[in-house]
Amino acid sequence: MKISGARIVVETLIEQGCDTIFGYPGGQVVDLFDELYRYRKQVKNILTADEQGAAHAADGYARATGKVGVVLATSGPGATNLVTGIATAYLDSVPMVAITGNVSNALIGRDSFQEVDITDITIPITKHNFIVKEVDKLAETLRLAFKLAKSGRPGPVLVDIPKDVQTAKCEYEREGVVLADVKAKASDEALMEAVKLIAEAKRPYIYCGGGVIAGEASDELIALADKIDAAIGCSLMGLSAVPDDNPRFLGMKGMHGRYASSLAEAEADLIITAGARFSNRAIGDKDKFAKTAKIIQIDIDDAEIRKTVSVYLGIQGDIKDAFARLTDMVEAKKLPEWSERIKVLKKEEKTVIRQEGELTPYEIIDTISELADDGTIITTDVGQHQMWVAQRYAFKKPRTMISSGGLGTMGFGMGAAIGAHMATGERIVLVTGDGSFGMNLNELATAVSNNVPLTVVVMNNGVLGMVRQWQTLFYKKHYSGTVLDRKTDFVKVAEAFGAKGRRAATAEEFETAFKYAFSQKGPVVIDCIIGRDEFVLPMLPPESSIDNIITEIKEEK
Amino acid sequence: MHRFIIAILVSNTAGVLTRVSSMFTRRGFNIDSLTVGETESSEFSRITVTFRGDEATKEQIVKQLAKLYDVKEVEVLDRHETVSRELLLIKVKNTSETRQDILAAVDIFRSKIIDYSTDTLCCELTGESSKIQAFIELLKPFGIMEMCRTGIVALERGTNCLKSKE
Repeated sequence: MKISGARIVVETLIEQGCDTIFGYPGGQVVDLFDELYRYRKQVKNILTADEQGAAHAADGYARATGKVGVVLATSGPGATNLVTGIATAYLDSVPMVAITGNVSNALIGRDSFQEVDITDITIPITKHNFIVKEVDKLAETLRLAFKLAKSGRPGPVLVDIPKDVQTAKCEYEREGVVLADVKAKASDEALMEAVKLIAEAKRPYIYCGGGVIAGEASDELIALADKIDAAIGCSLMGLSAVPDDNPRFLGMKGMHGRYASSLAEAEADLIITAGARFSNRAIGDKDKFAKTAKIIQIDIDDAEIRKTVSVYLGIQGDIKDAFARLTDMVEAKKLPEWSERIKVLKKEEKTVIRQEGELTPYEIIDTISELADDGTIITTDVGQHQMWVAQRYAFKKPRTMISSGGLGTMGFGMGAAIGAHMATGERIVLVTGDGSFGMNLNELATAVSNNVPLTVVVMNNGVLGMVRQWQTLFYKKHYSGTVLDRKTDFVKVAEAFGAKGRRAATAEEFETAFKYAFSQKGPVVIDCIIGRDEFVLPMLPPESSIDNIITEIKEEK
Repeated sequence: MHRFIIAILVSNTAGVLTRVSSMFTRRGFNIDSLTVGETESSEFSRITVTFRGDEATKEQIVKQLAKLYDVKEVEVLDRHETVSRELLLIKVKNTSETRQDILAAVDIFRSKIIDYSTDTLCCELTGESSKIQAFIELLKPFGIMEMCRTGIVALERGTNCLKSKE
């Protein structure tokens, strides 16, 4: 039977296993929304406050589950509002399909109302994108979009559909869920070489990136680490891959990494990198990075190997498979000296890094960490609060840390929190700052409408703390553009949106407020008053090395 | 720094040139020349790119190209096993004093005069880039009015062919 393009879109979404989409209507997707109404029992549309929020929600949905997130927007400004969200997903390798309406074929290229060339705009921030000009190509293009989004290294794919294609009719037959391409496997030769390097190593360190989570390789990674007595550190994106209470796990490394993790990496003689891309925030100056170590890099994306750092051994392939085979191949070993050194570093860490004040960021995070369940998902925005979460929160299960790592998108957390809840039904805690929260707090409306069990913890210091920290350290305390001191009352903001609000200025108040939040079914905002000169430490100054680690900032008053 | 020639087989679809060239811009790779044209199959176009860089740059470029969905095959052509050509159209001033010298140069380089007016001479030359460059240098003193180079096209010698795996 012939059906309309708009119906084909929704049919194909259902066919591909999509149960929830995040969309905002407009002139060029009104036909699509009409079909969404018809199929509302099979596909739920979450109406967000704007398209950026919808894109972040689709992203959060995907990160929390590994499933493809779907976002839908109209042409022109609807499409351009997706750009930050798509770029965020691209930089963190999140599987997403973005569907945009466009003006009819006959109107394209004439600067028609709400016309924008979104495929051209999104070329550098998508794995691939399409404009579908004929209705008979629509279903196959959407299937291909899903396939590309989840194959190999995941990422966003955009499909732009002119209005006349949505109204045109053609034959459609339902098909099965498209499978991701079969993952490349590491070669035996490369793994043999790795076995040799591991046998020689006296101080092995596994650098775990987001690819370990995407590749669901946590167990295999831990098994390998156990067998070869390696320490484990991670990038921001690798957080939650290894449970925080694993004794080998030293936490995040890099610019704001944990002391022991960054030092252990610098002292290692073998770094086994898995699904990480040596971002400048993770390694500092690449020419001074890990001078004494040989580096093995395992990645599903061949182009990542030696993109930034010239590694000793590059292995392209599925991490889960590579680690499982490596673990079988290597001889078990014990490295008492290295274990002893790790213990010392961990002990030093406790004395080196301290925070003082009425309500410190670490106290806030420790309280959340204690009171939340293992499955509670933490989303963050970007800035100091994000780094404090990364350093301190005790993640227990993969996919419970959702944060914009690569693009560093302030305002990501609200949308992501909503998406993550829709995907999992879990309670969500968004840790944010007053700067970041100000960027997308309009999505509180969405959280309230959908009764999302969301606790928003605003670390409110009245400043853009991360930039301020740089200004303190490197710009002679010229606090240019970073003093907010707004009159915004976040408790009232919460109430105005129909949520609940609480304020906390001490650790006790925070605990009470947080317990209250967790007793509620819907969203609660906790405005936490923290000091404006609380620093994220340790810090490796940009483009520097471990020798320049800052563990303390003396305040000259 | 080496000079590399890369041959790329791409789907013959709208926007493919943008995708390929935008990858070079985005990643900060400099291109010396880029040509694109039809192939023996209507499904594919062939892009030839030349650039200078080290081995690591070359490796990255090949891998980044291979990641693009529309790119079906990428190959670095071995300079010694490859024939490459470029086409030059060049217009120079035509005066009674210089005419004979220009014609001599045209003759020696086996170039062709393809347009002649009382004030101008337009020549066509095909060859490897070094030959094209030498010819341009030679004509400079006579006054080049405008010129246009196509960039390099290249094929491997013998039976080696760039074929899509699909």
